[in-house]
Order: sequence, then structure tokens, then C-alpha cells
Amino acid sequence: MSDQTQNTPTSSLSAVAANRAETKVPGSSPLGTGLEARGVHAWFDKHLALEDVSLDFSAGTVTALIGPSGCGKSTFIRTLNRMHEFIPHTSMAGQVLLDGKDIYEPGIDVTKIRLQIGMVFQKPNPFPSMTIGENVLSGIKLAQLKIDNRDELLEECLTRAGLWAEVKDRLGAHAGGLSGGQQQRLCIARALAVKPKVLLMDEPCSALDPGSTLRIEETISQLSKSMTIVIVTHNMQQAARVSDYTAFFLSDGGPGQMIEVGPTNEIFSRPRDQRTENYVTGRFG
Amino acid sequence: MSTTTVKPVRPWTATPKDRLMTGLSIALSVLISVVIVAVTPMKGKLAYFFIFFFAWLVLDSLFIIRKSSAKGVRDSLASKITLLGSSFVLMAVGSILWAVVYRGVKGLNIAYVTQTMRQASLFDPIGKGGILHAIFGTLLLILIAVLISVPMGILTALYLTEIKGKASGLIQFLVQAMSGVPSVVAGLFIYAAIILTTPLRASSFLGGLALTILMVPTVTRTAQEVLNLVPRDLREAGLAMGATQWKTVALVVVPAARSGLITATILGVARIAGETAPLLFTVGTFDSYNFNPFKGENTAIPVVVWRALNSGTPESVQRAWSAILVLLIVVLILFVAARALGSRTMKK
Repeated sequence: MSDQTQNTPTSSLSAVAANRAETKVPGSSPLGTGLEARGVHAWFDKHLALEDVSLDFSAGTVTALIGPSGCGKSTFIRTLNRMHEFIPHTSMAGQVLLDGKDIYEPGIDVTKIRLQIGMVFQKPNPFPSMTIGENVLSGIKLAQLKIDNRDELLEECLTRAGLWAEVKDRLGAHAGGLSGGQQQRLCIARALAVKPKVLLMDEPCSALDPGSTLRIEETISQLSKSMTIVIVTHNMQQAARVSDYTAFFLSDGGPGQMIEVGPTNEIFSRPRDQRTENYVTGRFG
Repeated sequence: MSTTTVKPVRPWTATPKDRLMTGLSIALSVLISVVIVAVTPMKGKLAYFFIFFFAWLVLDSLFIIRKSSAKGVRDSLASKITLLGSSFVLMAVGSILWAVVYRGVKGLNIAYVTQTMRQASLFDPIGKGGILHAIFGTLLLILIAVLISVPMGILTALYLTEIKGKASGLIQFLVQAMSGVPSVVAGLFIYAAIILTTPLRASSFLGGLALTILMVPTVTRTAQEVLNLVPRDLREAGLAMGATQWKTVALVVVPAARSGLITATILGVARIAGETAPLLFTVGTFDSYNFNPFKGENTAIPVVVWRALNSGTPESVQRAWSAILVLLIVVLILFVAARALGSRTMKK
């Protein structure tokens, strides 16, 4: 099944994926062991929404979660930093290990977990009552952390999020005046300020124009040098451009399952599963 | 893939050990409060409550700090303080309800809610005569006030939130000022403006007008808050399809705010249901049914309570407590009915 990659319809995507710098090898990063999901199930009431997902996110890699709507991608990403439990009547099973330690272990301080596993949401959500500068440093205040140099951290986070040049002269302005793309990069800067090890991104570009999307993708590439990134996306070009690994999720009417995971260029050039091939070639979804 | 079925769990809820510790700290706090009340001069239910609460605060914090951090303790302290605040409210409401039920239920019997005072006096033994006429009177007064003030209040709120016309500032100011009008002034106003200057005499309608003065600001301000909560996107979506503002408001904005508008009405009724003062000069008193809203005096449950308490004999005071209980039940039935009606129309 590997010889026919040249002329399959996936070739344009696989070219994009192959164009990237070399896929990072798991375990090659000095950043720790990353995040590992072990047999994760998720229920809403009695309804099983996600069944038995085991997936490793090696430190310093970018993993894209793709799949049609309702396949459990967002549910899965929310189990990774314990946001799933905010929805009433939910339950789960399985383990999520951060540096080898289960984040669902009883007695664990969940606020510390979320400090290490940051999240960027689908819709930009800067705090409306705060200025741009206050937004970036809001995590420090909310989590009651102590820092030495606020200005330095402010500049560092905004630079890493690719927003510094645009806002450095108006840090005291309210965040509502920024464009959607700028707001989303502000949210990324805000998430970076507490120095998470992992950044979860739930369709961070779905509400943005191509220019802003490009900026955010550049930001992701920059960030992946120093942290682990998990990104849910409906845009397969984006998955091909930014990710080292891609996981394909699907629900056949029942619970969502992970069909296949692999290096991004393999998923887009020679997927092992027929359903993955159908999806990445655009035959459905 | 595993073949064994996986059990759903909720690792974020309290473990059995946590629950045991919580139970233990509560039990210990009860013990401490009993001991302290027994050996110190502090006595009474409030002493029990406070000692228990603070003992529990300390014990539970000790338990939390053992498994968490100072941050965790502060977090749980904050939630315990909200619990303290709501317990105070609950105690106040609970004491009032208890007093009313405890004293009112003794005078409650079939005759009390099926007869009038036509053949009986306040001083007669309990069991003779009832306040059915006052129940009807209260319902009639509420109906009149609702019929006038709900349309007025909602239209005013729509003017303030949707039209935002030139007079908005002034109207907003007047509505706020009106909500501070003492209820007796509302009654005196109707008395001075209508009864003294026109041939109209005290009647249910004039009582309803006096209650309207009190009800309109409540309905307006609540309706305004609710309408402001309707997202602007919805208005824009309606207007973007070529709808007029009138159609958008009538078919999109108001239906979206429906349950809140019902709440506004309920709060308005709650404001007036127990009013006595505005009715004294405008409705008068009557010991039997008067179904004509425009002619003749009438009565309402709060007026019966006021008269019965003033009469001062054990029988009349008993009648007053029972009347308060009946009023609470009537208002409760009204609210439940309004909510049920609201959710039924929502489903349709």
C-alpha cells in the first residue's frame, strides 16, 4: 500500500506535510516525557462520547487531531487538562499521564495541572475588563504566582505569540479593540505567561482569516521548540503544515474513536486505514 | 483495544475517604459546639450555629491543608463564607416561614377557606367564618394590577432597550425614583387624585391602580435587565433578513426573553401581593364577595391581617396568622402556575 503514493489525490497534502522540517522523534526532546493518554473514555450522562483512546504526545512535538464534527476530538482534548469535568453529569475512564504521573489521581491539585497544561479556545476570549498588558499577565494574578520582572515576561510572551510588534505601543489599551486574529494571539500569549509544558488548542483558527491563521501557525512552529502542542483542527492543510503527528478520530454513529495515529506525512500520504484515506482525500467529512 | 467493559468514573468528585473526613469534621464540630454551649455562658440556637460553623471552618481547613495547599484552604474558605451568607438568609426566611406555618395552621380549617365573614365576626370562635372573599379580593387586585402594569412595564422596558429614544434618560430616572415610592404614598396619591376630586369612590379598580404604581418600576427594571441580556447578534440576524425593528422585537427579541419576562411579572406580583397600606384608602373593607371591580368596597388578605391583628383578641390574632399562611400559599400557587405556564409555552 505504499508504492502508489505518487499519484493519489493526497499527494498535494502529503507534499505539504513532507515539506516540513524533519518529524521529531519521540523521546528526543529534553523537555520530559510529555503527555500520554491511556485508554481514555468519556461519557456525557450515560452517553459514551469517546471510547478507549490511547495516544502519546511526546514532549516538544505538535500533534494534530483531525476528524469530522462530533467525533470526540474536542471532548478528548478537554479530558487532557481536566476541563471535561466542568460539564455537569459527565464521567470518564482511563489515565492521562503528565511526565508519567496521572493527572486524575485522587488528591492531585487540579489547579496545578491546568497551570502546566494550558488551553487556547476556539473563540478568542480576552478578558474584556482588562488591558492588553493585564490580559497577558492575568494568569500570574489568577494563579497567584510570583514573578521577578513583569515587563520582561510581558514582552517575552507577546513576542512568542507573534504579537509584540503590533501592540507594544498600546499595552494599556483595552483588548476589545484588537482584531480577531490579534485577540487570539493575545490569548496564546496569555496562556504562555504561566509557562505551561503543554498547550492545548481547540480549533484556534476556525474564526480567523487566512492571514491571522498563518501568523498563528508560525507561532505554533516557534512554540513547539519549547513545549508540547496538541491542536484540534478541521483544516487538513493546517494539520499538514504545523503538526509532527496526526491522529484521526471518527464516530460511526456510536462513540468517537481514534482510528489511526502516525507521523503527519504518513497519515496524509499512505494512511493504513481506508477510512483515514477517505477523510484526508476529501471523500467525506 | 480492551474487551472488558470500562466503568465510567468521576475522579474529580470526593473519594469515600474525603467524605468520611467531611462527615468526621462535621460530627466533631457538632460535638464541640454542644460542649462549648454547655460550659460557657453562650446560649441559644445562634450560639450553637456560630460555634459549630467556626469549629467546622477550622477543622475542615486543617483537613484540606493536609492534602492540598494554602491556596486550597483559601479557596474552600471563600466557598464556606458564601455558605455562611446563604445560611443567614435561609435562617431568616426559614424562621419567618416556620412562625407563619406554626401559628397559622392552628386556625386553618375548611370553613376558613370556603366561607366569608358575612355571618361571622373576627371575635367569633375559630371555625366560624372564613376569608374566601379576601382571597378573591386579593386575586382580583393582583389581576387588575398585572393587566395594567405588565404591558406598561414591558413597553417601557422596550422603549429603553430597543428604541433608546430621546426621553430614555428621563424615563430611566423616573422609573428609578418610582421604585423608591413608599407604598402608603401610592395609596394616598390615588385617594387625593381620584377619590377626593372625582365622583369615583373606593373600589378594587382604584386599589389596583395604587398597586400598579408600585408594580410598574419593578416590572420595568427587571424586564430591562432581561432584554439587555438578549445577544445583539439575534437582533442583527433579524434585521439582516430585512425585518423591521417592530417585527424583530416582536418575533425575535421578546420570545428570546420570555422566561425572563415571566420572572419580571412574578417579581412584580411579589412586590404587591402583601401590600396593605395602599389599599386602606383605595379599596376600603368588606366582609363578603364583591366581584364588581368598579363599584363598591372590597378587601384583600393583607387588609384582613391588618384588621384582625389590630382587634387584638386571641381569636382575631389567630385569624391574622392563618390569613398570612393563606396569603403565602396563594402567592406560591400563583408563582408555580406562572412558571408552569411559561415553560409550557416555551416547549410549544
